[in-house]
Amino acid sequence: MKLSYTVLEGEYARAGEASSAVKKVLKQLAVPANVIRKIAVAMFEAEINMVIHANGGVIDVDILPDKVFIQLVDTGPGIPDIEKAKQEGFSTASDEARDLGFGAGMGIPNMMKNSDFFNIKSEVGKGTTVEIAVNL
Amino acid sequence: MMTIKQVGEILNAEVLTAPDKTDKLDMEVDSACGADLMSDVLAFSAGHSLLLTGLLNLQAIRTAEMMDMRAVVFVRGKRPTQDIIDLANDRDVILMTTKYNLYAACGMLYINGLH
Ligand SMILES: Nc1ncnc2c1ncn2[C@@H]1O[C@H](COP(=O)(O)OP(=O)(O)O)[C@@H](O)[C@H]1O
Ligand SMILES: [Mg+2]
Repeated sequence: MKLSYTVLEGEYARAGEASSAVKKVLKQLAVPANVIRKIAVAMFEAEINMVIHANGGVIDVDILPDKVFIQLVDTGPGIPDIEKAKQEGFSTASDEARDLGFGAGMGIPNMMKNSDFFNIKSEVGKGTTVEIAVNL
Repeated sequence: MMTIKQVGEILNAEVLTAPDKTDKLDMEVDSACGADLMSDVLAFSAGHSLLLTGLLNLQAIRTAEMMDMRAVVFVRGKRPTQDIIDLANDRDVILMTTKYNLYAACGMLYINGLH
């Protein structure tokens, strides 16, 4: 099953709607709750990042018999040093992001912790692509 | 282990979500998490069923939803706007508000046996 979502620029209040929709679908498919939670947390953090660090983007979700694969593509500012961005506590988040309850530099570590496959590629000035897979 | 109703009584809290959800107040919570940082909640609260927070926005409800939490208690007498209450009703998350601050509210639940 393939699902696709557009995340809009600056829509702070709606950030997380796509993750919530995916969670609902996985529940209907009777995926175990602890597996759904891993997928939901990883995708939610990545979706939030698209809004607070980039200018929105597109999320494609592929639900396969043995895994869920999520690709998040944005055309934001990109990440100059990915190894640094992966470290716990590293954050360039704005005050606006912090007011949302994010921006403590735990997002990418949370994504890595909750996924069975994680890949992030980024080019400064072009954008960022995050790929997350969780085994079912 | 205590019911959501007992949590409300200990914190002298007001329930803000719809009256037709009141049967849900008999649901039990076995552990709680107090935080203003949603990434911390997402990282460290797997299996916890109650969130206490001073963060008053839609993301607090979404975080509770992602973590399968049953209830959110807003501290320091903070009252959420209707859009927040609507989202909580839709996602079956019970909302309460208490006058106590985060530290005190967590402490009161803790000494009453909710760890
Ligand atoms: N989609 C993105 N576009 C641009 N920069 C990003 C993106 N995602 C993450 N980053 C960068 O990586 C850092 C770490 O991300 P994360 O671990 O989620 O922490 P936080 O979001 O709390 O800052 C961010 O502060 C930001 O500098
Ligand atoms: Mg983040």
